Amino acid sequence: MKPASFEYHRPDSVDDAARMLAEFGDEAKVLGGGQSLVPMLALRLAFFDHLIDVSRLAELKGIERDNGWVRIGAGTTDATVGADEQVAAEVPLLTRVTPFIGHFQIRSRGTLGGSIAHADPAAEYPAVALALDAQMEAVSPSGRRSIAAADFFTGLWETTLAADEVLADVRFPVWAGRCGFGVQEFARRHGDFAIAGAVVAVELDAEDRVSRCGIGLMGLGSTPRRGAAAEAAVVGQRAAEVTPEEIGALAMTGLDDIPADLQGSAGYRTRVGAAMVARAWAAATTEASNA
Amino acid sequence: MPERTVRLSVNGQVGEASVEPRLTLADYIRERCGLTGTHLGCEHGACGACTVLLDGAAVRSCLIFAVQADGMAVTTVEGIASADGQLSAVQSALRECHGLQCGFCTPGFVMSITALLRENPNPTDQDIREGLSGNFCRCTGYQGIVNAVHRAAEMMRGAATG
Repeated sequence: MKPASFEYHRPDSVDDAARMLAEFGDEAKVLGGGQSLVPMLALRLAFFDHLIDVSRLAELKGIERDNGWVRIGAGTTDATVGADEQVAAEVPLLTRVTPFIGHFQIRSRGTLGGSIAHADPAAEYPAVALALDAQMEAVSPSGRRSIAAADFFTGLWETTLAADEVLADVRFPVWAGRCGFGVQEFARRHGDFAIAGAVVAVELDAEDRVSRCGIGLMGLGSTPRRGAAAEAAVVGQRAAEVTPEEIGALAMTGLDDIPADLQGSAGYRTRVGAAMVARAWAAATTEASNA
Repeated sequence: MPERTVRLSVNGQVGEASVEPRLTLADYIRERCGLTGTHLGCEHGACGACTVLLDGAAVRSCLIFAVQADGMAVTTVEGIASADGQLSAVQSALRECHGLQCGFCTPGFVMSITALLRENPNPTDQDIREGLSGNFCRCTGYQGIVNAVHRAAEMMRGAATG
């Protein structure tokens, strides 16, 4: 199908974009790479009178080190994030999830900030943002604010971004110690949305005890979720004494809105999710103990 | 809704048109440029039939509005063969390896494979399958297409060294 009519705006700056959002309110939507928004418009699942195209704003692109963080402009494409050496060295989870995002033709347009602001519960970058406690930087006509990932995702395709706020960049903390990272995702076909998936970041001390652990879950709720119970249970333990099965099962506790559809029941997704966490944990701890 | 003027280069020819913002790049190419080699299957980014190169990168032309491509350079399947009609390595390999039957999906595959081999001239079987995962073919069962990518890579290496 063809999208319904809309008015197209191409602001010259992020501040301009925010002013337009403030002016048009709920009738406007930010258009980034368009790889999630345009299909929704084409299927007439969404209608907006005004699209505000930020895909050319240079100030929304770029990757830079910022003290202990890596700051990525919201308009940086998935392809750029996936190929960036600094990202690979400092936030390897982003590099490793990127090949799971759609297909390379999607990744040449899709953006990191677009994926996070769209907030699909099965998407990769939101799960990484959550697991690593990233900070979202939003710009509105009244200024700039930082939103913690834990406070950002509120529901299916819903975030705490206000109607007049543009996601400008996302800051990811650099885990610099003896760290390991694992990504596991199960989908019917490569590039499909995950039926269930997990990202695991783990840091070990000199005695191989877990000093930090972040677990992000995909496709297991109406928002990206954290395996909070599992994270809390493993901190202070020796990595070798935690079995992957144990942490997989623990990560599934407290999930109260696991989707059920033609792709699988909630029970099935729980089993797949536990297996994904177990495998990602095994990969992450192996990497960390060899670091 | 007010129309906007867009100016873009399609296969090296610069054209200008006044378009509705909701006109996709795919419809612009087909209806305004008369280049119907770019096919539309699903129109929501799933099938890959409409793949074109935008400033050199393979993209879904159904997921970009023509207004967004203003000032950019598009290459469609019509711009792949040489001016005298000689097929590119990718095109002749698809023919040689029976990489097409009905041909509906073929333009999208040609564009994706062209971009894939530019990025990775020596792809493994796995690289090829991953690179082709964004294009659907309902006839061939993909084996001939995978073989064609290997063959095209071989031809391009031969051309580069010989």
